[in-house]
Amino acid sequence: MNIFASVGRATLGFLREIGRLSIFTFDAVSSFIRPPIYWSLVFKQLMRIGYFSLPVVGLTAFFTGGVLALQIYIGASRYGAEQFVPTVVLVGITRELGPVIAGLMVAGRVAAAIAAELGTMRVTEQIDALTTLATRPIKYLVVPRLMAAIISMPILVAIADSIGVFGGYVASTQSLGFTGTIYLNTTINALTGEDVISGLIKAVVFGFIIALMGSYHGFHSKGGAQGVGSATTSAVVSASIIILAANYILTNIFNYFNF
Amino acid sequence: MARAASTAKVELRGVKKRFGPKVVLDGLDLTIEKGQSLVVIGGSGTGKSVMIKCVLGILRPDAGEIYVDGKEVTHIRGRSRDAMLRKFGMLFQGAALFDSLLVWENVAFGLIQGRGMRRAKAKDVAFEKLAKVGLGAEVGQLSPAELSGGMQKRVGLARAIAADPEIIFFDEPTTGLDPIMADVINNLIVDTVRGTGTTTLSITHDLVSARKIADRIAMLYKGKIIWDGPTAEIDSSGNPFVDQFIHGRAEGPIKMEVRG
Repeated sequence: MNIFASVGRATLGFLREIGRLSIFTFDAVSSFIRPPIYWSLVFKQLMRIGYFSLPVVGLTAFFTGGVLALQIYIGASRYGAEQFVPTVVLVGITRELGPVIAGLMVAGRVAAAIAAELGTMRVTEQIDALTTLATRPIKYLVVPRLMAAIISMPILVAIADSIGVFGGYVASTQSLGFTGTIYLNTTINALTGEDVISGLIKAVVFGFIIALMGSYHGFHSKGGAQGVGSATTSAVVSASIIILAANYILTNIFNYFNF
Repeated sequence: MARAASTAKVELRGVKKRFGPKVVLDGLDLTIEKGQSLVVIGGSGTGKSVMIKCVLGILRPDAGEIYVDGKEVTHIRGRSRDAMLRKFGMLFQGAALFDSLLVWENVAFGLIQGRGMRRAKAKDVAFEKLAKVGLGAEVGQLSPAELSGGMQKRVGLARAIAADPEIIFFDEPTTGLDPIMADVINNLIVDTVRGTGTTTLSITHDLVSARKIADRIAMLYKGKIIWDGPTAEIDSSGNPFVDQFIHGRAEGPIKMEVRG
């Protein structure tokens, strides 16, 4: 096997994938503003993507906030800086862990579900059937999911922020001997709009990534049950990786602008 | 390469399509006259479905032109493509019913989403079309998963004819059905289409079905139409490929390609 041939084939495959994804993204985004918008489907997806993700996101946020407080305490107590625990928990949850944990959980739940559903529709020719019924599949299937995801993610993250901070409060008062009122007062004084808003901006971006990856991989799946399976895996893996990479980039951008 | 404008309902000229190194359609020419029922026969994997998908614009041909009502539609997009697609109905091989919707919603789908008909009115039309394919009102309220394969095909047929399209495509309408149900479907196709002036294109490898529903038969082999004639002449085509196919012989000019 010629090494140049295999490197070349891999490169071409990668570029083809990038091109296909760009066209798909452009199609989806440009369909956002042009009617018809299927509002009833948007609402249905809001329930499935947003509402039903609440338990998972809430639980993970609680434990993350709790464990964050415990770990920060270990580090801070070495310098006698235990009083900063509430502030660091607040910043850590609102800026990073709230959006990232919610993003990853929703990626696992929703990107997988979207890819499996659209993938099955693809291999059973239901997507082609939409076309023959004079309905554009991107508008009917992808736009409602994208809209629902970018609407629900900020709401989920706002809830995750509150529950995460609450998790930190519970851990601090139960295990670390903080007084409840002092912890709460410190948290409220430390609270800034920038911390929360930067996290919510991330949430919108993550919501877009999740629905886009789920739809894209589902839409381009092929070859029966196995194809749908690998589309689902690709959707979750790519959504998770892109979320973490986007998070790094966004944090850098926010830092650059002192936001 | 200026040629005369197409006067046929649907015409394919020199259509080529390949997937990677695999050439599926290799300069395919096919004409379907208005009101005609054309059946394209051919073995599995000879590109019959790809041909239909090229006409509908689900796949884009690499070369060649496709005309519908004399207008070139090979590369149309947007609203003119939507308008072109409203002329078509299609019955898919696996029926391709939307499993998230009820049976009647499936039948009414093209009317409500594609043509903006009021839901109540579309529901009436849906039940009327379901009755036409021999399904009662109680079936309309079921979900597609509760139906047998033959019933799903009938619902698929009702959905394909719901908007009274000018052109209907049938993709393997009888594949996977028992001989009696296959005959029921064939009769329904003939009954629902004959006398309405509808143009149909069916692809199948079921010759019983082909003889029943076709005015004209064409045979696809290696991405080209190798024979084309009235249904009555299929037995005296004098074409060794056609003879081998209609008699189902393993020996002959057609070598079964084991996919690779």
